Amino acid sequence: MLVPTVVSDRPASFQDLILRLQTFWAAQGCVILQPYDMEVGAGTFHPATTLRALGPESWNAAYVQPSRRPTDGRYGQNPNRLQHYYQFQVILKPSPPDLQDLYLQSLFALGIDPLMHDLRFVEDDWESPTLGAWGLGWEVWCDGMEVSQFTYFQQVGGIDCRPVSGELTYGLERLAMYVQGVERVYDLAFNDPASPAAKTYGDVFLRAEQDYSAFNFEVADTDMLFRHFEDAEAECARILERRLAQPAYDQCLKASHLFNLLDARGAISVTERQAFIGRVRNLAKACCEMWVEARPKSQVQVEGASARG
Amino acid sequence: MADLLLELFSEEIPARMQMRAAQDLAELLGQALTEAGLAPAGEIRHYATPRRLTVFVPGLPERQANRSIERKGPRADAPAAAREGFLRSLPAGAFTIEERADKKGGATLFALVQEQGRATRDFLSSLLPELLGRLPWPKSMRWGKGETRWVRPLHAILCTLAGETITFGFAGLRSGPTTRGHRFMAPDVLELRTFETYVPTLRAAKVMLDPAERREVIEQRSKALAVGQGLRLKHDPGLLDELAGLVEWPVPLLGRIDSTFMQLPQEVLVTSMREHQRYLAVEDDQGNLAPFFITVANIEARDGGAAIIAGNERVLRARLWDASFFWEQDRTRRLEQGLSRLENTVFHAELGSQGERVRRLTRLVEALCDHVPGADLALAQRAAQLAKADLVSGMVGEFPELQGIMGGYYALEQGESEPVVRAIAEHYLPKGPEDACPTAPVSVVLALADRLDQLVGFFARGIKPTGSKDPFALRRAALGVIRLVLENGLRLPLRSVIQASLFGYGRQLETVDGKALEEDLLGFFADRLKVHLRNEGVRHDLLTAVFAGSADDDLVRLITKVKALQAFLDTDDGRNLLAGYRRAANIVSIEEKKDKRRFADVPNAELAREPAERRLIESLAAAKLSIERAEALEDFNAAMATVAGLRQPIDNFFQAVMVNVPDPPVRENRLRLLAAIRASLGRIADFSVIGDS
Repeated sequence: MLVPTVVSDRPASFQDLILRLQTFWAAQGCVILQPYDMEVGAGTFHPATTLRALGPESWNAAYVQPSRRPTDGRYGQNPNRLQHYYQFQVILKPSPPDLQDLYLQSLFALGIDPLMHDLRFVEDDWESPTLGAWGLGWEVWCDGMEVSQFTYFQQVGGIDCRPVSGELTYGLERLAMYVQGVERVYDLAFNDPASPAAKTYGDVFLRAEQDYSAFNFEVADTDMLFRHFEDAEAECARILERRLAQPAYDQCLKASHLFNLLDARGAISVTERQAFIGRVRNLAKACCEMWVEARPKSQVQVEGASARG
Repeated sequence: MADLLLELFSEEIPARMQMRAAQDLAELLGQALTEAGLAPAGEIRHYATPRRLTVFVPGLPERQANRSIERKGPRADAPAAAREGFLRSLPAGAFTIEERADKKGGATLFALVQEQGRATRDFLSSLLPELLGRLPWPKSMRWGKGETRWVRPLHAILCTLAGETITFGFAGLRSGPTTRGHRFMAPDVLELRTFETYVPTLRAAKVMLDPAERREVIEQRSKALAVGQGLRLKHDPGLLDELAGLVEWPVPLLGRIDSTFMQLPQEVLVTSMREHQRYLAVEDDQGNLAPFFITVANIEARDGGAAIIAGNERVLRARLWDASFFWEQDRTRRLEQGLSRLENTVFHAELGSQGERVRRLTRLVEALCDHVPGADLALAQRAAQLAKADLVSGMVGEFPELQGIMGGYYALEQGESEPVVRAIAEHYLPKGPEDACPTAPVSVVLALADRLDQLVGFFARGIKPTGSKDPFALRRAALGVIRLVLENGLRLPLRSVIQASLFGYGRQLETVDGKALEEDLLGFFADRLKVHLRNEGVRHDLLTAVFAGSADDDLVRLITKVKALQAFLDTDDGRNLLAGYRRAANIVSIEEKKDKRRFADVPNAELAREPAERRLIESLAAAKLSIERAEALEDFNAAMATVAGLRQPIDNFFQAVMVNVPDPPVRENRLRLLAAIRASLGRIADFSVIGDS
């Protein structure tokens, strides 16, 4: 059970916060992965969560995932909102009995003292209509601020999770703003503020936020995006005929991001919106089903690959 | 006698589910114990915190009494296999068999089974796993490799009887005598065996068990914090209940709101604070929001809460910064500019866009203005045109619960007239029973139009509430119409405004049967009205009687009539007349069945043989006219007085006259007379559905 004795000092930079979380979860036996190399809206979409949450094998992993939400762009003018931000994602399957305590210890490792701050688990059921997934859990609040999402997956891709995975998602910018005590995301120290080439989050990302906001809202070619959506959808189906779950899932991710861009461009009416979400969900479900159905074969391939590597 | 203590210790249970679950657990347990002959001597108590459900059962018997149960077997002369099978089904060595004669002259086997009473402890250890498995949760989940469902992962079960552990297994756990204190302030294992030590030990471990006490502490300390600033706590009982379910050890803390944000509309501040952050608000003695908030922490912080306050102030600043941004942005555009975007905003997939809805409302207010005294049509149309424009504003996008309210502010900002501003702001009211009903004429018109359009559209598409499901809040919409009509004393012809609303949908609903829709909706209004008036002590059956006996669609008139009828039936005349009505109606319906025909023609005075018979015919004829006159004048007390005058002639008739006489024309005439009683009273209401008061 929880013994809140060791509370570290606070990480001084954004990257130090990430390194602390990686070190902490590596020490819990997690596979530390790198971000998935495709555009996704949240860490949950990484196949290390979506696909690995299915099936009976144990699976503990942690990774940073850049997340793109085109509609949240504010041209770099809003102190809290970004169209591109980072999530730190942890998935533990089966969910261990001390998952809440592990999570809290990870906050202690970031210098958050539970006897100085008000840490709370506030009801928040999670649902992803595009992934056909849902779970029960909480938002975790630190002094009234949501710093993480905590979910016990019940279904992914419409398939019951057995065993159940526990998913932790840390909103890294928010958490870092809290830890560093800054009020504007662009003021975050990205690397060591005492280093000769100290950089803020704004130095690294402000221009990208401005440019992508313009691209997402004004420039993206909607006709082309619609075409690419159709292509990804068709390609996903074709790959599934060859029973290749993860390559097919890549196409589902593409379709999902294309939909988000179209949404930001205002090219999808509210009525059509549901239909598009349904199309992405159908792809996600089919990929998840294939992942489960073709499991023994893909495992053999993974083993073969690692033997050569 | 032995006391039972049961605690289920889990991860955080949603606040809204805690007390219900504890209550359900106490009820299930009480029921199972009583059924097993183990009724407790005292009242079962239940408690909940975010992490535990606790039930205390005082004074259980040590064991069940021995019981003798009778079981019926096959006939004594049944084949040997059947008799042996019966014997085998009984517990060995604990029964006696007897033969009893049955009605058919044979004999049947009966077994008297001696059932040994079990020790309460043993009974509970087999009962509890099964009982916990059927505790209902609004939503439940599995975790880890387990298949058990609970609201969130369960961690420990404390169960003792008379201080001794009761051991059983549930959800992969073994019950024991231990639990834990506060998550951070007292996380160690506590061994607890009796309720007498349980409560104070938990308190020492920074857990206040009783939600009522936590609520009281939150309220009193928050009041003191407000008073400390020369202010007062804003009354918010619902939020206090919720807060009591969010903490085991409540510590209210006072924070400040930056003065720059105080220029935001109060509703924006309150929504940010209450809905998103669960902060209590503080106000001055005029009821104006003061620049403070109260957050309820779950710990006594080492620094007295300074860091927690600072953190919460930051969070609120960020939220209000967003709100200020929308407030500034939205006010740079006129509401009209949002209208084109409403064309792409769906009202409902089967009922078109919000743009179409605005056009319908703008037309429908025309039909409604005629019936709302003082309502100016041009103003009502202007209000209808702008009413939904705030749905595409930044602020309502962020805070959907501010719809209407923001529209009102933006309308004021762009110089709309006061009635228009007010109508836009109020047109979603009343939302719940605690909301006041709009009274300004233009507001009333718009609020009625909004709900009628919704009710007509959804009912026409066959989308109606069923059981507990009412996703579009149509019951609330109907109740809104009822309250708007009754509280403003409106003489609103519901049928014609329903038709006007349907007409407004145009080709979209052109295949709908308007007459059927009208009946459907009036029935729905009648049902809602019954629920609404039940609280005012208006009798259910009388409402049904008045509604069934009439094609009237004027709620004010119908209610006046129901109230007059209720007052009349409380008098001696009323009760006797009802008895006379029933007697008459009974005889007629029996004879109608016998003769396979209806008696509906007017009775013939020439065929009347007895004076009492003639008197009644005359009285009914006179009453018919005066009831008609009174109804036309809506003087229902006069109508009731007329009806009361029929009591004596009816009583006399039944005393002096025999109905079923051998002479067929005389008999038929008397039956017609009885049918005429039924018909006369039917003008007032359908007396056949009236029960005894």
